Amino acid sequence: MIHPYPSASGWVADFIIAVMIGVAIFAVEWRDLLGAVVGMAAVSLFASILFYFLQAPDVAMTEAAIGAALSGAVFIFALKRTVRYETEEEEKPGWWLRW
Amino acid sequence: MVSVLKRAIAIAFILIIGYWIASALSHVPFGADKMLVGNYYLQHVENQTGAINAVTAIVVNYRGFDTLGEVTVLFIASTGVAALLWERKRKRTARTEGTIVLTTGTRLLFPFILLFGSYIFIHGHLTPGGGFPGGATIATGFLLMYLAFTTYRIPHRGFEVSEGLAGMGYVIVGLIGLAVGGYFLFDWIWQTWKIGTVGNLVSGGFIPVIYTLIAIKVGTELSGIVDNMLREGSS
Repeated sequence: MIHPYPSASGWVADFIIAVMIGVAIFAVEWRDLLGAVVGMAAVSLFASILFYFLQAPDVAMTEAAIGAALSGAVFIFALKRTVRYETEEEEKPGWWLRW
Repeated sequence: MVSVLKRAIAIAFILIIGYWIASALSHVPFGADKMLVGNYYLQHVENQTGAINAVTAIVVNYRGFDTLGEVTVLFIASTGVAALLWERKRKRTARTEGTIVLTTGTRLLFPFILLFGSYIFIHGHLTPGGGFPGGATIATGFLLMYLAFTTYRIPHRGFEVSEGLAGMGYVIVGLIGLAVGGYFLFDWIWQTWKIGTVGNLVSGGFIPVIYTLIAIKVGTELSGIVDNMLREGSS
């Protein structure tokens, strides 16, 4: 069987995946929406590193340009037109129980 | 009580679907086996399309009609953004000027970002890349200009005209293929004229032509989305 990440040692890819999962949970959970957008862009940036490890540099370039730069910028511009903080509603259950 | 039942049913569904996907994927070795159509493409790509990069050959040549649909989807998305945010008198309302690090760095980097984006789409048939990454890279260059300079705006009239011309050019290239070879998006430059040698810049049939058009279209559309988001109404 071919190793999934031929050009990187395994633990680097595992570390990046772990960081991606952590940042993704933050992106969903943060009430500061600006921070959530930055978390979403960070997921895209780490995904582009993984695409590079998987020998797909063209996909990595697209992911870095669109996922990290352009879509993050569009979200930030949308935040500028609306509000930055999520409203404090009634106490919701955490992400492990939310629907 | 109802919500607990709903929750239990949802968890059961997720487990069943997850089991299906896991059992299906467990028989596919990652990256080891290529399907029949993949082998066919890899064996015939140089002969049939004249391109080294099999990915762009498949995207533009074998699946050119799908790519035309993809470009159409992007066009509809950018038109939707423009239609939602349209107002008669709008101008940029940035409050803070960019710092000197940002403005100086942008002045230095902007031409190189455009150069790199152009390299990506011009060499799309030889090296990894193509029209979509190249156009997106060019659009990030314009985004950097917007962030650094509070009064900067793209020349939107020229951008709209070149976007429309690029989209029309894609269809016209396909229609010439229809006239020459008998079906839409027939690769008349490579199949009929045999221009260029495999591996040189001048090769790959209509792949560089179409990818240049796609890059112009994607770059102008994404820059136009940024422009639309950053201008606000005077009222």
